[in-house]
Amino acid sequence: MTTLRHTGYMALRDLRAMWRQPWYVAMTLVQPLIWLLLFGELFKAVTDLPGFGDESYIAYLAPGVVIMSALFSSGWNGMATIEDIDGGVTDRLLVSPVSRFALIAGRVLQSAVVVVIQSVIMVLVALAVGASFPGGVVGVIVLIVASALLGAAFAALSNALALVARQRESLIGAVTFVVLPLTFLSTALMRGDLLPGWMQTASDLNPVDWAIEAGRNATGASTDWGSVLSDLGFLAALLAVCAWLAVRAFGSYQRSV
Amino acid sequence: MKTSLDHIPAIDAAGLVKTYPGDVRALDGLDLSVPAGTIFALLGPNGAGKSTAVRILTTLSRADAGSARVAGHDVVTGAGLVRRVIGCVGQRSGADREATGRENLVLQGQLQDMRGRELTARVDELLEQFGLMDAADRIVKTYSGGMQRRLDIAMALVHRPQVLFLDEPTTGLDPEVRVEMWREIERLKREEGLSILLTTHYLEEADRLASELAIVDRGRVVAGGTPEELKSELRGDAINVELAFRANGAVEAALAPLGEIRELVVEGTTLRARADEGARAVPLVLGALESGGVEVASVTVARPSLDDVYLRHTGRSFEEAER
Repeated sequence: MTTLRHTGYMALRDLRAMWRQPWYVAMTLVQPLIWLLLFGELFKAVTDLPGFGDESYIAYLAPGVVIMSALFSSGWNGMATIEDIDGGVTDRLLVSPVSRFALIAGRVLQSAVVVVIQSVIMVLVALAVGASFPGGVVGVIVLIVASALLGAAFAALSNALALVARQRESLIGAVTFVVLPLTFLSTALMRGDLLPGWMQTASDLNPVDWAIEAGRNATGASTDWGSVLSDLGFLAALLAVCAWLAVRAFGSYQRSV
Repeated sequence: MKTSLDHIPAIDAAGLVKTYPGDVRALDGLDLSVPAGTIFALLGPNGAGKSTAVRILTTLSRADAGSARVAGHDVVTGAGLVRRVIGCVGQRSGADREATGRENLVLQGQLQDMRGRELTARVDELLEQFGLMDAADRIVKTYSGGMQRRLDIAMALVHRPQVLFLDEPTTGLDPEVRVEMWREIERLKREEGLSILLTTHYLEEADRLASELAIVDRGRVVAGGTPEELKSELRGDAINVELAFRANGAVEAALAPLGEIRELVVEGTTLRARADEGARAVPLVLGALESGGVEVASVTVARPSLDDVYLRHTGRSFEEAER
């Protein structure tokens, strides 16, 4: 109970800080919006490829871009932890009775809340530019849950890295290095069966792809719920592993001080 | 807080050792005993190991060897208990700069499991006490250095701790703000009966605030006692001579015949020595230096200070060690 309450306090602290700098949330939306609007136009003709089916490219792209927005914003979550370390806030929290789990869970929860808000915005923009979600409201909710799970897992990982590296440059490097390949090695832009063989294998192992597949499957016309649930299960397991790593990373940080 | 715990030392540490990667030995067998209800100062230059000791005592860091108890709880096996009875003010602020002063205080209280009316009342009381009521709902980023420091102390006190750690609380503050902070620390000891461990590299600060102090050098306590005891260990006055030029060896040779002069140390162009009656020794010293061909720029005589105590126990002057 105490841990849950503390998680809530820590998440509220972060959400309040975010509320005071809404432009930051807006900034992380710029890139996915550009992808949705520009790529949607640029690759319109992709759907003429044999085997792509008859949906519009923007409809195909929409779930992928929603997941991308989660990835883009949650990867930076560790920045707040680096600021806390530099400002002495982390040290103060670590010598108070709050548990390490609550410190991570609070950050992750805040990230998930932001991802949900962003995903809703992205879905609305996608609808406005002509995408459709035949899976209906339930499908969209599953898409947003997948987005939140992936965002939470990456937020936890970002915090783990922040605690171990303790430098903005390292985190910026890692996030930029990871985000684009994970996006391209997925079915965000191109159907899986049209990817080269090795990329198909890579995408099967790519958590970003699990989230995209779950979302696209659930929002599509004929949903394979078994596959959706297993994708969501993998995402939940990934979140658990990343959170465990992040909690452990406090040990690495404390050994350095 | 007058409780039955008064006979338990606020802090009791023995043989603390801490080595950082790269073979940096920050603590080298540090022993410490702080009686409850006193202000105890750890005095030493930067890098002496004071902050490392505080990090271990506050459960942030773990010693490689040795043991420590705070308010009777072991800092390793009873870390959770220690965290409920200590308040910490680190060298760096520790307040969330994007939140208001009140939000910072409330969160700190919530993490100590205070809630509802009790917490609200305590936060208001602290805001009042530390003169932050008008700024309570402003973002901490907009606070002055002194206000931020006062908020840091208020945050450390929310849950009415038994032992307060102040790690260089006045470093980087303006002189007026520093004096104001000293008054506040004295008040805390007087009115709240807190045990306070203070680290400082200001001799003046330790002299004024501490009822007892330990001089830390290279990870060990080299001397301890009340400021008066430490100063009275030194017999006689300090003689301080600034030379016009470096005089390698000439000073020692010139002063060797003078029986009145003890504890002679030459660092660059500064000469320090001790004599029972400084006023009588000065002409002799000046005469000897002149006939030794050493040119003098200025000379002062002073009653013993903690600086002298430091010099005596470490073989270095305080300014020298700070470099």
